[in-house]
Amino acid sequence: MTADRRTHRSYVSYIDKSRNYYGAQGYPQAYQWAYNHDVPFTPLTKPLNECRIGLVTTSFFERKVDTTAVAGSATKEPYAAQCDDALGGLYNKDLFWDKDNTHTDDLDSYLPINRLREFADQGRIGSLAERFYGVPTDYSHRRTSRRDAPQILEFAREDELDAVILVPL
Amino acid sequence: MSLVARHLEEAGLPTVVMGSARDIVEECGVSRFVYTDFPLGNPTGKPEDLEMQTVITGMALDLLERAWEPRTTLQTPFVWDAERNDGWREHFMKVDDSNREALAAAGDQRRAAQASAKAEGKNRG
Repeated sequence: MTADRRTHRSYVSYIDKSRNYYGAQGYPQAYQWAYNHDVPFTPLTKPLNECRIGLVTTSFFERKVDTTAVAGSATKEPYAAQCDDALGGLYNKDLFWDKDNTHTDDLDSYLPINRLREFADQGRIGSLAERFYGVPTDYSHRRTSRRDAPQILEFAREDELDAVILVPL
Repeated sequence: MSLVARHLEEAGLPTVVMGSARDIVEECGVSRFVYTDFPLGNPTGKPEDLEMQTVITGMALDLLERAWEPRTTLQTPFVWDAERNDGWREHFMKVDDSNREALAAAGDQRRAAQASAKAEGKNRG
């Protein structure tokens, strides 16, 4: 690739874009994105080929969506389900992603259940857990931190996970 | 989602986030992040490109094993559109003179729909 010069960063700032976009729609109050200075860190405590790995997605099983509901009105709850039941694909048309430039018809482009099972077969990881988890993309930090995150932790402990891969769409 | 990753880390469970909204994830601050510079929707590789999905997922596993400090971001080497990679970036949530009026009208329409739904008691929020 040729060298290039730019006046702006090349990757998309979704914080900037969404603020301008919703501002143009007449929503004067910008969304307050989570910001943290300090970040927790837990190292892996055993070899990866002995670890049971879990997956978390923001997609859900298909359901009736109330398109007139106000953003953030809590209609979704965190869930755990069998990975096998997701193989036919999950529902995410109500989520914020680039529907003009791509699609989500291939599960492994947003939730790599099959790829991780292959890594398990090859012995790169111990196993992929039989269940995966879903978490709502909630407008409210409070609901995410106080309701959803503890529920996902509880699922992870029930399944005795050693590490978790989280894939927001 | 990044808030969930932080919660798990605080409870002693190692995590890695795979995503394409770099600023949102990094502002929230996570321990490990595999970033792919793609349109939102395919953070673990292009649809039907099994080889790419394997590489990207493998990088998440590498990071689980090898990261020794929080805020470790690994950018995958893939490019969405080698010919015109700024196209999708400029198009997504575009606001300019060509659509400013339409966006304002769409916002008014949405607020009106929400107000009437609220009057009917449909909202649970």
